[in-house]
Amino acid sequence: MKEYTLKLSGLEPLIVTPESNFINVGERTNVTGSAKFLKLIKDGDYDGALSVARDQVEGGAQIIDVNMDEGMLDGAEAMTKFLNLIASEPDISRVPVMIDSSKWHIIEAGLKVVQGKCVVNSISLKAGEEEFIYQAKLIRRYGAAVIVMAFDEAGQADSYERRIEICERAYRILVEKVKFYPGDIIFDPNIFPVGTGMEEHRKNALDFFRATKWIRTNLPGAHVSGGVSNVSFSFRGNNAVREAMHSAFLYHAINEGMDMGIVNPAMLEVYDDIPKELLERVEDVLLDRRDDATERLLEFAETVKQKGKVEVVNEEWRNGTVESRLSHALVKGIVDFIDADTEEARQKLPKPLDVIEGPLMAGMNIVGDLFGAGKMFLPQVVKSARVMKKAVAYLMPYMDEEKRKSGNMSTNQGRILMATVKGDVHDIGKNIVGVVMACNNFEIIDMGVMVPTEKILAKAIEEKVDVIGLSGLITPSLDEMVGVAKEMERLGMKIPLLIGGATTSRVHTAVKIDPHYSGSVVHVIDASKSVPVVQSLISKEFGEAYHKKLKVDYAQYREDYKNRKRDKNFVSIEKARSTKVNVDVANIVKPAFTGTKVFEDYPLEDLRKYIDWTPFFATWELAGRYPKIFDDAIIGSEAKKLFDDANKMLDEVISKKLLKAKAVIGFWEANSVSDDVIVSSSETNVSSSGVENTFHFLRQQSEKADGQHYNCLADFVAPKETGKTDYMGGFAVTAGIGIEPLVEAYEKDHDDYHSIMIKAIADRLAEAFAERMHELVRKEYWGYASSENLSSEDLIKEEYQGIRPAPGYPACPDHTEKRTLFNLLDAENKIGLHLTENFAMYPAAAVSGFYFAHPQSKYFGLGKIAKDQVEEYAKRKGESVEWVEKWLAPNLGYE
Amino acid sequence: MNITDILKERILVLDGAMGTMIQRHKLEEEDFRTEALKNHPYPLKGNNDLLSLSRPDIIKDIHAQYYAAGADIAETNTFSGTTIAQADYHLEHLVYELNFQSAKIAREVADEFTAREPNKPRFVAGSMGPTNRTASLSPDVNDPGYRAVTYDQLVTAYKEQARALIDGGVDLLLVETIFDTLNAKAALFAIEEVFDEIGKRYPVMVSGTITDASGRTLSGQTTEAFLISVSHIPLLSVGLNCALGASALRPYLQVLSHNSNFMISAHPNAGLPNEMGAYDESPEYMAQQIEEFMKEGLINIIGGCCGTTPPHIKAIAEVAAKYKPRVVGATGQ
Repeated sequence: MKEYTLKLSGLEPLIVTPESNFINVGERTNVTGSAKFLKLIKDGDYDGALSVARDQVEGGAQIIDVNMDEGMLDGAEAMTKFLNLIASEPDISRVPVMIDSSKWHIIEAGLKVVQGKCVVNSISLKAGEEEFIYQAKLIRRYGAAVIVMAFDEAGQADSYERRIEICERAYRILVEKVKFYPGDIIFDPNIFPVGTGMEEHRKNALDFFRATKWIRTNLPGAHVSGGVSNVSFSFRGNNAVREAMHSAFLYHAINEGMDMGIVNPAMLEVYDDIPKELLERVEDVLLDRRDDATERLLEFAETVKQKGKVEVVNEEWRNGTVESRLSHALVKGIVDFIDADTEEARQKLPKPLDVIEGPLMAGMNIVGDLFGAGKMFLPQVVKSARVMKKAVAYLMPYMDEEKRKSGNMSTNQGRILMATVKGDVHDIGKNIVGVVMACNNFEIIDMGVMVPTEKILAKAIEEKVDVIGLSGLITPSLDEMVGVAKEMERLGMKIPLLIGGATTSRVHTAVKIDPHYSGSVVHVIDASKSVPVVQSLISKEFGEAYHKKLKVDYAQYREDYKNRKRDKNFVSIEKARSTKVNVDVANIVKPAFTGTKVFEDYPLEDLRKYIDWTPFFATWELAGRYPKIFDDAIIGSEAKKLFDDANKMLDEVISKKLLKAKAVIGFWEANSVSDDVIVSSSETNVSSSGVENTFHFLRQQSEKADGQHYNCLADFVAPKETGKTDYMGGFAVTAGIGIEPLVEAYEKDHDDYHSIMIKAIADRLAEAFAERMHELVRKEYWGYASSENLSSEDLIKEEYQGIRPAPGYPACPDHTEKRTLFNLLDAENKIGLHLTENFAMYPAAAVSGFYFAHPQSKYFGLGKIAKDQVEEYAKRKGESVEWVEKWLAPNLGYE
Repeated sequence: MNITDILKERILVLDGAMGTMIQRHKLEEEDFRTEALKNHPYPLKGNNDLLSLSRPDIIKDIHAQYYAAGADIAETNTFSGTTIAQADYHLEHLVYELNFQSAKIAREVADEFTAREPNKPRFVAGSMGPTNRTASLSPDVNDPGYRAVTYDQLVTAYKEQARALIDGGVDLLLVETIFDTLNAKAALFAIEEVFDEIGKRYPVMVSGTITDASGRTLSGQTTEAFLISVSHIPLLSVGLNCALGASALRPYLQVLSHNSNFMISAHPNAGLPNEMGAYDESPEYMAQQIEEFMKEGLINIIGGCCGTTPPHIKAIAEVAAKYKPRVVGATGQ
């Protein structure tokens, strides 16, 4: 048999196949069914009406039914206006619309404003074949699916026979005469009330079920829908019974093939949760199983009145055993009762250690399993870890006591030393890995940030750790990691080395680190991957085999890399330079000032709306764009919780001024000379001549199609030979002043969740600050775009004139240029922002970069460069080629 | 042989950009003025559709260059030939004539080529652009419920255009560069009405425009949602054009190819505009990208949009000759 599929669309597709679950149609944007919605429309409160629609979509409606049939309303106008407004709300219009009216002109008004494929609800044979055909043809031409009511010239179908007679006739007309696509036909065979006490209503539900089955068997492609709440009409006021009836009705109707329906999800009990006695009586009525079915249900209804579905804070878990309570608290991340429960467990079990090895580990194993299976997400796991740490902290004094009595003990899976390498201050990712590993019963020794190689290795030997994990975010850290590997080899160490952090990669690990160490070297992408890797690495049984496999795999990655990079071609630096973009020197805008300007304590509340949340979720390993991430079926609700927690903390940070944001910006007279930019200013802080005043930039060299430019940031400043004075700017911002005591306090409280959260928030604020400052610069301090008016979304999409590239990032990957920038800005003295020996900024929540104003300036990635440029660049900087190669290692296009 | 049969045998080639070719002539205001429009009080420069009346020699030559390069189908010079788009120049009254003459010019050139090469018949597609107004988006951010054009206005305008194109002799209609699906639905509605009135059907091609990397139309639909929204009438083909270069179009063509039983068309730009607003993918580079579609069996009709020239179409036609057309599936709608 031919398969017909019902395909609908809003901004996104909705495809109904035989395998689809029941399609749930939202029913609250209906003036005949909702007094609240009617009032909103009558009062002209369309914002309120839109939020009703939005709530439905967020609540899971896959289609929204819109009905404006009210005597006092101009239905066509209200339909047009409301659907037009929905069209501009992507979070509503992503789902298809059901245009619901008994009046053809209102339906047609709706059809003219919906871009997606919608559903018309409804047409029928009530006024004869001619009108039915006319309307069906137009619906086809407008591109919609249709609901056909079981209604004809003789009236509404109220028996099984009449239902199938009318539906069959309508189907034949639609398919044969109108050439309607069968998959686009949906029948509504009339859901009527049961349990009314009237004899002729006894078979209402049963006839609907039978007609549904007949339609689905005999009318290929056609679907069945209906308004479910009708069935319980005679039990108004008794929600417990109504909810049970709806769910039992749906259960049977869906079994017979009903695949779409108008249902209020709030008025629906879970079928399996309906009390047995109630279910039996409800089904007696629906299925007409006994003569006294209605009386028996009415009788029973009295006893369950007023119960209905109410949301209560469920504290039932408190009644379980102490073991089950601990497990529940761990899985749900509840700290409220942990000390008391831990104490109770300690008294119950022989030794304090038994509490950890018993109920606490059991709970954490569940957490680990759920996380591994993708059923729990990182923010939840970190909360679980907080509970665990608190419990362990509570037990510590008792365990120390034990230890004194009985000597040493080690119960964990293994001991891992973790550190962020020398010169780098970034530790959010490292801390997350630490928490996840700790949840899996590894003992974590965290040495913090900026840890030199010799300290890492001394500690590793002293503590007899099983694995060393290194982390880093900035590119120079890659070299530090190579150094650690070499030193481990020299010391004859054998333990595995784990590599992680934003700039690290499997390729880099394979090509640059692995060859220097005979022990295992593994790159781990994120926290969730680190547990199985470490378990395999230190497994007594499989460790050796895994080690061998790793060595073979990484050798293969090296081989692949070698083969891949052969086909990169470079043009000479001279040729690349000959394609430079020429800026428009006729329209140079002079900044409002030259020299520097300091912002001592910038109001945080002003930065809040500039926050780009998407990277925040990425920090927590929740992938998705803000705000769409909240709609994600799997991680949406966790993302929302995380977002709410972040905003709560942000409220506190702002109201109590817990963090301080500082910035310094500067503008200087500038001209490019080849690929350098020479800046001069009377206010230059360190030295007013020589190399300190020159920024050295790099130019793209990977071969491009003819006529394309090989970009270099220096091109965005007027060349000296033009004789025109141009300008360039610089900035350094931080939102991390004052963060140390906060982090310290959270860590003391064993609260990694909040310690990671405050760092992530400070990072976001710093990025927001950079965005805000750039806006002020464009509009005011440099003022070349004083009339610009952009939304924060446009800002994230970078739809403005001019750029603010940061040293160490794709357009200018050389971190060492930060030194010159910081000197010119005097950033260390003016705002307390420091550079480490590897040019990471401390506090870590900071951004620095350059300002270029010309409309021709744009972001680009340098990519790989060739040796001729590296040699020349070394000369320009007055450094050795080796030194330059070390700092630009990731960009070198040669061995 | 009709176009549906030929499409089963080989990939057909659509022509390239009209605007890019017209730009090369560096035309001035007087080039756009016919005798009758000598004293038209509004500037007309840039109204390329008008050249079919004022400089038919140029338009003819462009069609001939594309056919000579290997195009099977040329698009009429009528991208803005609706009363809605011509209102900008106060030329609503000329819409019928513009479309009729444009169709006629293309028809003549096509017939010349077909007479010379009977085994490669040339076709004319009546180009129906999106107009410059959107039916499902408000141009006023402060009044999201406002619409600058209604469905009924679009239906009226498109009916007039479709009728004139058919009268002028086109073989098929091409509703293209769709950035608002509701506009396209109005065009299809209008076309169906015209077919009813004249008692005859013509093949219809539909081509949408994906405007950003998220794979959505300007009006916010995903590629698949767009496809579903225009699949209610029998189409010759559905496809994508403009906005993106060939390589960026590929994932969305896969969506169409996977989910549709219509023929699939693509006429991408020659890459993305560079800093100077020019398109710089070379013919060879573009043909190489397009070859990827063909290897995957995604394509029935291929051509070029903004920035493409006869050398691009030549390179594309050479590649197209090497591959079998996409096989249209047998199930679903």
